[in-house]
Amino acid sequence: MQTAYSPIWPAVLGRFTWHDLPFVRAWENPNASEIIGAGAASLVIIGFVITVALLTRYRRWGTLVEWVTSLDHKKIGIMYVAIALVMLSRAVVEAVLMRMQQAAAIGDPGFLSSDHFSQLFSTHGSIMVFFMAMPFLTGVINYVMPLQIGARDMAFPWANSVALSLTGGGAILMMVSLVVGRFSTGGWSGYPPYTGLAFSPDVGPDYWIWAVTLGSIGSTLGGINIACTIFKLRAPGMTYMRMPMFCWTSLCTSILMIFAMPPLTVATALLALDRYLGFHFFTNDLGGNMMNYANLFWLFGHPEVYILILPAFGIYSEVVSTFSSKELYGYVSLVLATMAIAVLSFTVWVHHFFTMGQSANINTVFGIATMTIGVPTGVKIYDWIWTMFRGEVRFSVPMLYSLAFMVTFVIGGFTGIILAIPPLDYVFHNTLFLVAHFHNMLIPGLLYGLLAGYTYWFPKAFGVRLNERWGRIAFACWVIGFYLAFMPLYVLGASGMARRTSEIFEPDFRPWLYVAGAGALVILCALASLVVQLVVSIRERDANRVFAGDPWDGRSLEWSTSSPPPEYNFAVIPHVDGRDPFYDGKRDNGHYRRHAHYDAISVPRNSVTSLSIGVAGLGAAFGLVWHMWWLAIIAVLGIVAALILRSFVRDTHRTIPAAEVAETEHRWHDALNAATPIGRDVEFTPRNQGLAETAA
Amino acid sequence: MSEPSLQHAGINMGGTENRPDANAESGIFGFWIFLMSDAVIFALLFAIYGTALAATAGGPTPAREFKLDSALAETLLLLTSSLTIGLTVLAMKYDETRRAVLAWMGLTFVLGIAFLALEGHDLATMFADGAYPTRSAFLSAFFALVPLHGIHVLAGCVWMLVMAAQIGAYGFDARVRINVLRLSLFWHFLDVIWIAILSVVYLQAHLP
Repeated sequence: MQTAYSPIWPAVLGRFTWHDLPFVRAWENPNASEIIGAGAASLVIIGFVITVALLTRYRRWGTLVEWVTSLDHKKIGIMYVAIALVMLSRAVVEAVLMRMQQAAAIGDPGFLSSDHFSQLFSTHGSIMVFFMAMPFLTGVINYVMPLQIGARDMAFPWANSVALSLTGGGAILMMVSLVVGRFSTGGWSGYPPYTGLAFSPDVGPDYWIWAVTLGSIGSTLGGINIACTIFKLRAPGMTYMRMPMFCWTSLCTSILMIFAMPPLTVATALLALDRYLGFHFFTNDLGGNMMNYANLFWLFGHPEVYILILPAFGIYSEVVSTFSSKELYGYVSLVLATMAIAVLSFTVWVHHFFTMGQSANINTVFGIATMTIGVPTGVKIYDWIWTMFRGEVRFSVPMLYSLAFMVTFVIGGFTGIILAIPPLDYVFHNTLFLVAHFHNMLIPGLLYGLLAGYTYWFPKAFGVRLNERWGRIAFACWVIGFYLAFMPLYVLGASGMARRTSEIFEPDFRPWLYVAGAGALVILCALASLVVQLVVSIRERDANRVFAGDPWDGRSLEWSTSSPPPEYNFAVIPHVDGRDPFYDGKRDNGHYRRHAHYDAISVPRNSVTSLSIGVAGLGAAFGLVWHMWWLAIIAVLGIVAALILRSFVRDTHRTIPAAEVAETEHRWHDALNAATPIGRDVEFTPRNQGLAETAA
Repeated sequence: MSEPSLQHAGINMGGTENRPDANAESGIFGFWIFLMSDAVIFALLFAIYGTALAATAGGPTPAREFKLDSALAETLLLLTSSLTIGLTVLAMKYDETRRAVLAWMGLTFVLGIAFLALEGHDLATMFADGAYPTRSAFLSAFFALVPLHGIHVLAGCVWMLVMAAQIGAYGFDARVRINVLRLSLFWHFLDVIWIAILSVVYLQAHLP
């Protein structure tokens, strides 16, 4: 493809040719597939131009700089979630396109070229895992966990910002791949030798390698930070066994990140050495062995599944307990189950390639280990059910997600047990049955959880409740859409339809593919409802403010601050003497105490160096993809320079004077005094100002 | 925040000086976790090396390429430098004169550079002998593992220059002390990795 076009000014632009622009391709060859590609590229450009225009029009560049250079864990958390929601939108649209293609391509080539279709499933998977799920959960942990353990920030605020900027750089690189060049066609797992130089000499796999590498380095840093924060910065009295369940799952997730992200970094780095310097790790010749890649990738890939799911388990624990007005049932068993899952997650990676040649005995060991994980997970499901038992269950949006999760996740668990049996896996592997299975785990086990967390903590972060009605519509669409879109895939998979197929030759598959296509459209409606919900909630913000801070009669410490919390989180670091410190505290009238005197508080100053590391990381990645060596070298030197410069900075903190703290606290306490405590029956109405009625 | 008994691993700066630093505990602990993560990277490269040992594709073999005499010299240089970085930290804790600290750190730096020079010479000899990474999977694995350790040593040397400049500029303030402690942990870690490289790469190549 590129041989017909010679590179332009190769010393500067590397291997770029005009043909790398989707607009040029669409102009020369105006078929549906190329026009869709050009349309997606223009959406990226238009989105960028509109953002720039709005920022200029409303003079908000200062605000943007204030945010992206901020080291405040709350702002960083919100930015992570913002990245995740933008990337979610793109990846859902890609999923809908794929479903439409399969519904249209029965005995027909359909409207997408097979190459375009392959790019779509590669970007869909890569984005959903690395740039939707990871930033979403990292963002929620970032926002909530320090508040829950009674800390003022993360252990390493600067590294936190570096991790965000690297993740953001990776996400931007994914968007750039729409506009310049093309993406990998090797799937989200990027298996060589197909993604090696011999079979994919184009820029696609390089985009994948460097975007994923930026994301994985960011996640490693994030994991170190989260673990260290939980280990070292808990408030006095917050022993491990008093931590909210979400902190436990965050801890286990962060430990998994620390140990499971390096295998991914090694896998992508070695693949890059193969592609750039002609090494022979995964090539077909001179002793290369692609099985090493499969092992490295899934040594990351399986723990990754639990990195994704555990935070959602934590969110469900918080939500179910809060909206049942009951202490979490079986706290100790939930902690042990979480730990057990974290440890077992490292012992099952071979089940991702049962059919790739190891002996039956090895498959048996990994098959049994895989089924074992069902035990602690089952314990959790029972614990949540028992938490609801005889509680005053309120069917709020987060609670609805939790209930849908429990039912749907169990179904997915059953099909997982089927796939964990190696002889059956020989039948089902590489079919849509597998696709149905992991979507059945990850949509309830990750997306519903994070959407529940988003709805649950949104009033904490912005001081405004999200619109309840649109939340319910979005919920209904997500659940109905999920069942319509994925249950047919089990049938299709069991009938032998291979995954990643762009053209279907079996007319009997037609009705199932139509149902799945309809489901994808319902999911698109779910996404649209979330957007509408956000817009409506912003419009109606004045009616739904919960500045007092406790809209749901919460149990853990994050609810004991104003909404949104002040920059320093806690004017006085709380002392903890139980598992539900805030819930018990407000009933003993121990909380909401106005102090006569407040101390000055030191908070981290904004930093430009952390942002520049992300920008330079993006520059290095882009330079490497396009073989613009000058850019890659300058960018890497820039990263080293930023690291060294930062180590010379001495003025890293600024002090919020005691008077300012006092003023902030008094304003909040005045609002508390003015607010009317409300019962749980009116918590979805504007009467909810964030003060819970605590009289028994 | 935590009891005095709950301090970080390694040499604590508290006790002998009058400037306790609340951030030292989490600062050092976080760096330990980072090192563990880095250790996973090396562990995987060792595993890859193990699987690639026989994959010489008719090219140079371990027994032919690896010379024990220069490996011994490199080991002695690196182990001595671990001693001197330890003495750097002790000097910072008990002596706290810039001269003593800078002298020990300077010696460490020289030993590190000598190690790098020797290793660079070894790698150049291998290249001249036709043992370069694109020749076989075995050599690919070797050139991912051992030079990565070398790059770490180089990073450690650059870090020492930065620390020397900061000691000159700021003396021994809290950030300098934490970073010198981290540097010494990093350096000891590279020693541990080197011992593994010596055993797995160099000694294994000459097993009878």
